[in-house]
Amino acid sequence: MTAVLAALATFALEGVRSHEVTVEVDVRRGLPTFTLVGLPDRAVRESRERVRAALLNSGLDFPQQRLTVNLAPAHVRKAGPSFDLAIAVGVLAASGQVPRDVLADCALVGELSLSGELRVVRGALAAALGARDRGYRRLLVPEAVAPEAALVEGIEVCAISTLAQLADVLHGRLEPAPVEANGLALGAPADDLDLSDVRGQSDAKRALEIAAAGGHNLLMVGPPGAGKTMLARRLPAILPPPSFDEALEVTQVHSAAGMGGGRLVTRRPFRAPHHTISAPGLVGGGSRPTPGEVTLAHRGVLFLDELPEFSRLAIDALRQPLEEGRVEVMRGQRTLEFPANAIVVAACNRCPCARPGDGCSCSATELARYRRRLSGPVLDRIDLVCQVEQVPALELVGSKAPARTRSASVRARVIAARARQGARLGASGALCNGDMDGPLTRRTVRLGDHEALHMVSVRERFDFSGRGHDRVLRVARTIADLEGRERVGIGDLDEALSYRLHAWERVAA
Amino acid sequence: MEACDQCLRRSFLIAHLAARIAGLLGLPKARRTPGLLALSNDELVRAATAAGGRARAHEFLDRFDPAAARDRLDAGGFIAVCRHGAAYPPSLHALDDPPAVLFGLGQVEALARVQKEPSVALVGTRHPSPYGTEVAHAFGRGLGAAGVPVVSGLALGIDASAHRGCLDAGGLAIAVLACGPDLAYPRRHRALHERVRERGVVVSELPPGTQPFRWSFPARNRIMVGLARMTLVVEAAQPSGSLISATFARELGRTVAVVPGRVTSSVAQGVNELLRDGALPVTSTEDVLEELFGVGVREVPPEALRPPRPRDPVLNAVLEAAELTGSVEQIARAAGLSTGEARAALGRLEFDGHLVRRDLDGWERAAR
Repeated sequence: MTAVLAALATFALEGVRSHEVTVEVDVRRGLPTFTLVGLPDRAVRESRERVRAALLNSGLDFPQQRLTVNLAPAHVRKAGPSFDLAIAVGVLAASGQVPRDVLADCALVGELSLSGELRVVRGALAAALGARDRGYRRLLVPEAVAPEAALVEGIEVCAISTLAQLADVLHGRLEPAPVEANGLALGAPADDLDLSDVRGQSDAKRALEIAAAGGHNLLMVGPPGAGKTMLARRLPAILPPPSFDEALEVTQVHSAAGMGGGRLVTRRPFRAPHHTISAPGLVGGGSRPTPGEVTLAHRGVLFLDELPEFSRLAIDALRQPLEEGRVEVMRGQRTLEFPANAIVVAACNRCPCARPGDGCSCSATELARYRRRLSGPVLDRIDLVCQVEQVPALELVGSKAPARTRSASVRARVIAARARQGARLGASGALCNGDMDGPLTRRTVRLGDHEALHMVSVRERFDFSGRGHDRVLRVARTIADLEGRERVGIGDLDEALSYRLHAWERVAA
Repeated sequence: MEACDQCLRRSFLIAHLAARIAGLLGLPKARRTPGLLALSNDELVRAATAAGGRARAHEFLDRFDPAAARDRLDAGGFIAVCRHGAAYPPSLHALDDPPAVLFGLGQVEALARVQKEPSVALVGTRHPSPYGTEVAHAFGRGLGAAGVPVVSGLALGIDASAHRGCLDAGGLAIAVLACGPDLAYPRRHRALHERVRERGVVVSELPPGTQPFRWSFPARNRIMVGLARMTLVVEAAQPSGSLISATFARELGRTVAVVPGRVTSSVAQGVNELLRDGALPVTSTEDVLEELFGVGVREVPPEALRPPRPRDPVLNAVLEAAELTGSVEQIARAAGLSTGEARAALGRLEFDGHLVRRDLDGWERAAR
């Protein structure tokens, strides 16, 4: 007997997407060896040992012959243990232990334990999307991540728990149980975090509502301990529930980062990285590129507490994601792209000493330095600035606290406002007012004669840049959307004006 | 361009000795230069230098070529007027030690204006409160709009606000520096230095290129005070350069005016002390104009004034609330509005000039 060859398809995770890798197994007579080629990293090379043990422990044969496994394309580096399953099945097929024809339209992804059980892998959703797009009919994945893979329509997902079971399925001796996708619970936001938990702070609540309605980035200014984090955590719950496609994007990211629960993520993410985070930690990177915090917050909220304390490098790295809603990470000759479209909520103190009002002892130089650190790409993209105040103790415990807003009623208004924006923005590519760039803002936000005249004098009075002008227009548009008005009124413009970032020049002197 | 040989020689000698002048006083904390600059050239050299340095200083004097210096000044576009020249501000002659030459950059006519118009020196701390910043800006603006030249020192804080206010109103700004007129000190004020040069004049008794020294700051203060009819102090700690300026002004018999401050504020200690010593309290530009020109002679053009209270009752209610607190929530509650409505009113009040921004997120009543 001469050589027997088997070729199988598997999918390797790259960023949050996957690319096809063909596993070729060649078995021929000779001294028993097991060679693995095609730029494998350590984890892939070690898969030889896992495959050997798993096959033997599953009551299958490991051929005592000369085995060569090639991972094609051979010029791309392969990393991680997700090739185990394809290699093991390739060996089975090449040694005639499973039929080869049924494998022709299958793709396989999975890590093996020595006992032959299948372990969870990252990026099952990305693998399913990739396999469907490449025209495969079936995807064999570990049982634990099958529901996640089954979210993809147009490909049959088989949940496999052990290698022995897989052999039975391939021989047709066993019909795999159909996998149910769990895409049903969409729209139920976290009930445990409600805006009504927060007493007072009506200014911040109003700003959060506008931020949610228009997808605007927000800066909260106030003393430490006043509740900035508490408020920011409640933003995801007043955002509209994610659409199925958005949920799928979030799931794909979380699955690629190894944080997925094997099922659809139905809540908008909230990420609050500490200010000591590095630039790659924030936007993604590493020798095997993993998504950064801004990508993990995709379609949700990225909270940057103590914004001036973040390193210059980290803040600068946020420029691209904030402007384009995506990040490009360079790795060798390859460029990976991560989605990164999140609402940024930043927080800072009024001054470096953070003492209230007249107790502040900061010098003009210290203030100027603090505010200079605040500036830069993040601040350029902040549409709203609001106050968070130390709530008087009496109000925290008092029973006659003013009526409190519930998240559900705010969310209803936000959804209505977003619907108006969706209808207006249509096919422009933007989903909400906060997504609009300068030209789109000026095309979309139409003002009456009176209002346009007002804006001209506002621009002169405050010496606005073009960007500052567009920002006021965007926010005013969202305020009008919240009120259900198609026309932007003078009052909307005035309110938008009050949320703008204070122009520093005179203070910084 | 008129500066006689003798005066030029004197000015360049001071620049030559600049680094040694502080040491010679023997008082490291000396805030004043009592009589030193009034000494003759020979006396100055004798006082300022040890044997070796003295020889070098004499050599410098011997070698000094006034014609060449004049050419260099002309080539650099510098103004240079000596105390014997017609363009020299006569009010400086009242000093014991008037600067021999005033070097300057900017508009020559500005110096002529100071001869005709009474001017005001606006001085104060380098670390003002937001209130002080706003007040200094407002006085600068009001005086500038009323056609009164505003003299200050281009320092951080009150000085800068005064210059900016004056320039914003299209007024005549005069900056007196403690270094050569071509150097922007502090460097952060490069842009302001340029604005003053374009719309007014930057002057110094030190020739171009001279770095600032400790002694040159109080020396600069005497020129500021000497140029102005009135010295107005907005926020000053105790002790401070502003108080030195006030003392100079009092010795010259010029008016010292102050903006009263909060008794709890450290930057009000100095001004309140001046008030106790009989300085004139002023609360608005009109007060200053009355003191300078008499009642009703000169008025601030209405566009430079804070607008009258809004007629709209809602805006008025919000404005009243905003005078008491910076919290949007409390303003809204006091005016009986929703937060959004209160925000809209605040935006409008700022646009109309009733309020100015303070800090990152608050407002303050605009000063008159």
